[in-house]
Amino acid sequence: MNFQLFPPQAATTAQESDWLFWSLTATSFLICVLIFVPLGWFAIKYRRGRKVNRDLRDFPSWKLEVVWTTIPLILMMGLFAWSAEVFFRMESPPPGAIEINVVGKQWMWKLQHAEGAREINELHIPRGEAVKLTMTSQDVIHDFFIPAFRMKQDVVPGRYTSEWFIPTKTGRYHIFCAQYCGTSHAAMIGWVYVMEPQDYQRWLSQGSPEPMAAQGEALFHSLGCSGCHGVSSKIHAPPLEGIYGHLVPLETKEFVVADDQYIRDCILQTKPALVAGYQKLMPSFKGHISEGEIMELIAYVKSIANTTPPEGFTK
Amino acid sequence: MSHEPENYLTEHSVRSWLLTTDHKRIGILYLLSIVVYFAIAAAAAAMMRLQLLQPNNDLVLPETYNKLFTLHGVLMVWFFLIPSIPAVLGNFVIPMMIGARDVAFPKLNLLSWYLFNIGGSCALYAVICGGVDTGWTFYTPYSTTYANGHVVTMIMGVFIAGFASILTGLNFIITIHKMRAPGMTWFRLPLFIWSLYSTSIILVLATPVLAITLLAIAVERLWGVGIFDPNLGGDPVLFQHMFWFYSHPAVYIMILPGMGVVSELITCFSRKRIFGYHFVAFSSLAIAIVGFLVWGHHMFVSSQSVYAGMVFSILSFIVAVPSAIKVFNWTATLYKGSISYDTPMLYAFGFIGLFTIGGLTGLFLAAIAVDVHLHDTYFVVAHFHYIMVGGMVLSFMGGLHYWWPKISGRLYPEMMGRVAAAVTFIGFNLTFFPQFLLGYLGQPRRYHAYPPEFQVFHVLSTAGASILGVGYLMPLIYFLWSLKWGKRASDNPWQATGLEWQTTSPPLRENFEEIPIVTKEPYDYRPEDDPEHEPQAQPQHA
Repeated sequence: MNFQLFPPQAATTAQESDWLFWSLTATSFLICVLIFVPLGWFAIKYRRGRKVNRDLRDFPSWKLEVVWTTIPLILMMGLFAWSAEVFFRMESPPPGAIEINVVGKQWMWKLQHAEGAREINELHIPRGEAVKLTMTSQDVIHDFFIPAFRMKQDVVPGRYTSEWFIPTKTGRYHIFCAQYCGTSHAAMIGWVYVMEPQDYQRWLSQGSPEPMAAQGEALFHSLGCSGCHGVSSKIHAPPLEGIYGHLVPLETKEFVVADDQYIRDCILQTKPALVAGYQKLMPSFKGHISEGEIMELIAYVKSIANTTPPEGFTK
Repeated sequence: MSHEPENYLTEHSVRSWLLTTDHKRIGILYLLSIVVYFAIAAAAAAMMRLQLLQPNNDLVLPETYNKLFTLHGVLMVWFFLIPSIPAVLGNFVIPMMIGARDVAFPKLNLLSWYLFNIGGSCALYAVICGGVDTGWTFYTPYSTTYANGHVVTMIMGVFIAGFASILTGLNFIITIHKMRAPGMTWFRLPLFIWSLYSTSIILVLATPVLAITLLAIAVERLWGVGIFDPNLGGDPVLFQHMFWFYSHPAVYIMILPGMGVVSELITCFSRKRIFGYHFVAFSSLAIAIVGFLVWGHHMFVSSQSVYAGMVFSILSFIVAVPSAIKVFNWTATLYKGSISYDTPMLYAFGFIGLFTIGGLTGLFLAAIAVDVHLHDTYFVVAHFHYIMVGGMVLSFMGGLHYWWPKISGRLYPEMMGRVAAAVTFIGFNLTFFPQFLLGYLGQPRRYHAYPPEFQVFHVLSTAGASILGVGYLMPLIYFLWSLKWGKRASDNPWQATGLEWQTTSPPLRENFEEIPIVTKEPYDYRPEDDPEHEPQAQPQHA
């Protein structure tokens, strides 16, 4: 029977989270001492039948109330500020992070690297580099939990969520699904492999897969997207070059940022998000396309974010 | 004494029980019902703990395990914890404590017991028909679209029982407003009344939201109306907002009454005025109010926005302060008291210890960055069991021992009581403390199998659960024993000040021969002159 008391600490987030965790533990221990020592002392000293002075006059009761209301309140605000600051960084991925897409389904994890490599229930990543996961679910809510990184995020159907981290130690660590998802919830587990960067590069190029953007481009043609959004199209549809990450004017006079979620909503036509100046012609691809394929299409749209529509495009 | 004087227990027919409108009898009916639900839910927990003795045990199938924790959660939350102190002890003592002959609406009170059991039967029927595996939280879209089993039947059970909660809350609020004896001003109310008043506000305001949420699940599941399932155009996270808008305040339904009981016990067994009466009373109200604004701390990793998370985090830290105030005031009450270690007081000490640990570990979960790691792990499981079992169950047991002489007219065996309290305390800690460590290691909740390195803590926890089981069984046995063989209780065996102790044990059908006139604060004890005390009103039959 092997035994451990502390989980491995294998990411920068784990270090920050642990600092806070152990400070909270120390604070709690101190508060316990402050409560239990007087409690025990009174319980013994003033037990029934013992001859002690029980005369109680001029006790500064309201002063005590003020003290033990204010000090905990200040302490609480301090703890809040610290944890909120750490959390804010946990939620702000740096630009240029390695992008990996994750699709959860009952009861497995399907992952795809931007470079094209696919994995199931395993995640290979390089040590010392920021990694960002973009995640969605094909069915119910799951949660991608890596205890060694102190990091988890619900994986929700119909929307993209993300988590990011910088692994600091090579090795093999647990992946757990942390949100109850049905019969085999406990089997929806896997391993993260943190590798040296050069090993990661070697692993990544095994079988020389096509990058996600290229696979997305192929889909863009085979699904017929290019028939309308392409340069030679007769149908009046908005060009997709240069839109990713930019504001798009909608027919409703609102503006939205064309991010992953927006593109997904457009492909599936789940939200009325018609671009200003266009007619509602696009069919929904709901049921004809998998979550993985949507992610490839998004990767393609993203890859043309810095291009402009070719000459002659009917705008 | 050759024949007993008339009291509320004198009539024996089944009809006299099933059609009673006596708040005391309804309290007893609730007690009998919740013992049954508790026993079933505890048996489910025992099965789970046995399954978890080994990393890949095949004692039960995965789907059975999932049904077990659903059953355990649903029954324990809605059919044991929520009615435990309010519907049993509250029903029994509130009218007596405030000097009334009954609650404001005695017939509604009986109706609520029937609704409660119709709901409970519905839930048990769902279990007998094959069970439900959604967890007590019914998260969507799993519960609406993907789960098999009798989800709607189970939900209807909870829905119906919710009306019992609402009626009880309503009854208590009106009783406390309108039925107080002459002289029983708001600041002469025992703190148990203040805590149940706060609890009742939550019951009345939060339970309807749960009802709506559960109906929405049924509507989506039965007729495919898209409310929560994104495939139908719904929003699964909306469900969590609605569910926790009820269920977080419900956590306070499951602890505020316990705090009320402990305030009674600490004063009586240390022969002291409560320290900081107003602070203890108003902290109950503060908890009830702020408790409505912290639901999002269950959803830090649900994809709710970063800023929403921060608002919920700061409010969750703030709601810890009134709880801390209570603990400090209880501790200060002991100072210069005359403290005895009767069974109810042992439970009260146990409560303070375990509630403090439960509350402090709550700070870890309010700390949003640490919650990212601890959310949905055994740390959370341990935390809320420290509050709900360590807090609510211990205070319920303390209150039951304290009022048992009044309820039954008999004394329970004191030595056995003390041993059972100690066994419960030890068993509880051995069961749940290892789960904090498991959670920090990363063991997720609701896993029927786990990696082998977690086994040590699971084995400790299961060992603790068996001790805890003994701690629960002992009172069951000696309470029943005391009904026949226990010593007869005097009217006021604890020399307590409350009005409920100034009538006979067991009380008369209408509680008092004449309505007492209250002339005193609630806790006029004299530690220097123990057992001298000034009752809140003079007993009429002295």
